[in-house]
Amino acid sequence: MAGHTTQLDAKTLWGGKESPFQTSYGKLMMWFFLVSDALTFSGLLIAYGFTRHDAQDAWPIGEETFNSMPFLGHGYPLLYVALMTFILIVSSVTMVLAVEAGHRMDRKGVTNWMIATIIGGFFFVGSQAWEWSHFIHGSEFGKIELADGSQAIVKGHFGEIKNFTVIEAGKHHKVGEVMKEDLMHEFHHAAEKGHLEGGNIHFADGTVAKINKAKDHEMKLIIKKSGSKHEIGSTPITGAAAEKMYYEALYSGEANRVVYGANLKQNEYGPQQYAQFFFFITGFHGFHVFSGVMINIIILIGVLGGTYHKRGHYEMVEKTGLYWHFVDLVWVFVFTFFYLI
Amino acid sequence: MERDDLIEYSLHNHHDEATGKSIRKKIIQVTVLLTIITTVEVFLGALIKQSSDAWAYVKWSFIIMTLVKAAYIVMVFMHLGDEKKALRNVILIPYAIFIAYLIFIGLWEATEVAAAWKSFGF
Repeated sequence: MAGHTTQLDAKTLWGGKESPFQTSYGKLMMWFFLVSDALTFSGLLIAYGFTRHDAQDAWPIGEETFNSMPFLGHGYPLLYVALMTFILIVSSVTMVLAVEAGHRMDRKGVTNWMIATIIGGFFFVGSQAWEWSHFIHGSEFGKIELADGSQAIVKGHFGEIKNFTVIEAGKHHKVGEVMKEDLMHEFHHAAEKGHLEGGNIHFADGTVAKINKAKDHEMKLIIKKSGSKHEIGSTPITGAAAEKMYYEALYSGEANRVVYGANLKQNEYGPQQYAQFFFFITGFHGFHVFSGVMINIIILIGVLGGTYHKRGHYEMVEKTGLYWHFVDLVWVFVFTFFYLI
Repeated sequence: MERDDLIEYSLHNHHDEATGKSIRKKIIQVTVLLTIITTVEVFLGALIKQSSDAWAYVKWSFIIMTLVKAAYIVMVFMHLGDEKKALRNVILIPYAIFIAYLIFIGLWEATEVAAAWKSFGF
């Protein structure tokens, strides 16, 4: 073993002393890993671009799909994603400040900035959890299949459901009884199964109740799949005409006329692949963020224990920083190509 | 045996407080820039509809702004701008060539596939 290793020293490889890139082995390997990871993400985004380009106008538009804020409701296009982007950029900044502190051997500075980075990372992962939950649950209107076979996504303000008044007794309810609990859930469930008919809701126990619902406002139907009458890309249907068509379909008593939220089989936003790309790309990125936070925590433990201080340099912080910035870099592209364009 | 032909590059990156101060100033400047670009992107995205005539320009401005953001993240935050030119090229050039080709072939094929579907009446 010794015989061969002595011949392959730096001198015979590149004349000795300075190595070509003047970087440590660890940093170089981190860069190579990041390039290969960047190729993976590029592959995913280009596959998304392919599908989107292929689907043309049927594809959902980011500002229509993502327009909600926690506690505030609808009507804030892209604001939440922008907030997430900002959180990730800030945590990238705290990371680069930790690296800078490391170059000055400022152990306290490294510790503080690393903690800030980890908090930022947790905030981002938490935001993504909210985003996923919101995406999976979907809107109050859902996507509706109109009488001519076309499909439309629905925008506007959903009038609140006040109660259900029983008009035909069933096993568990008497005539005249007023139901006030779990209304939205029951309503959506019945709509999917086709148990809404002519303004009434039919329960499994035979009860029929009248739906008392406030009027919707500014309803808009955007066609996402062509039928015999309505084409993709045509002007959105608004006002009384939209409401008439929507409730005709919703109260038709037919199953599968409406889709709420998203899963791996169907979604209310557009073609089936849309939700799959959403889950995979943001999920894969979220997984990177999660791993990044975990790696940052491990490095923080090393910083607190004084491992790197004894070593004489904080390059471990720099290397994990490279990974963390890369995660931010990927998000910048996901933000543009998934949400904006 | 102690080897004298190895250089511990990890130890070369130390700097003093004065250099640190100018580096921190640059970091803050880049942060402000990235925030401004993101804000502009969100406003454009929210205000200009994809159906409008201006959309094509907005779309390209998004792509350019994204590349500017990416360049600042890679060059300043990831310090690639401070590395040797050889390392910079080894990382960026093969990647850029490969991705440019992949984007071209992806979009080209997508156009063809869409046309094929259409010819079947979908």
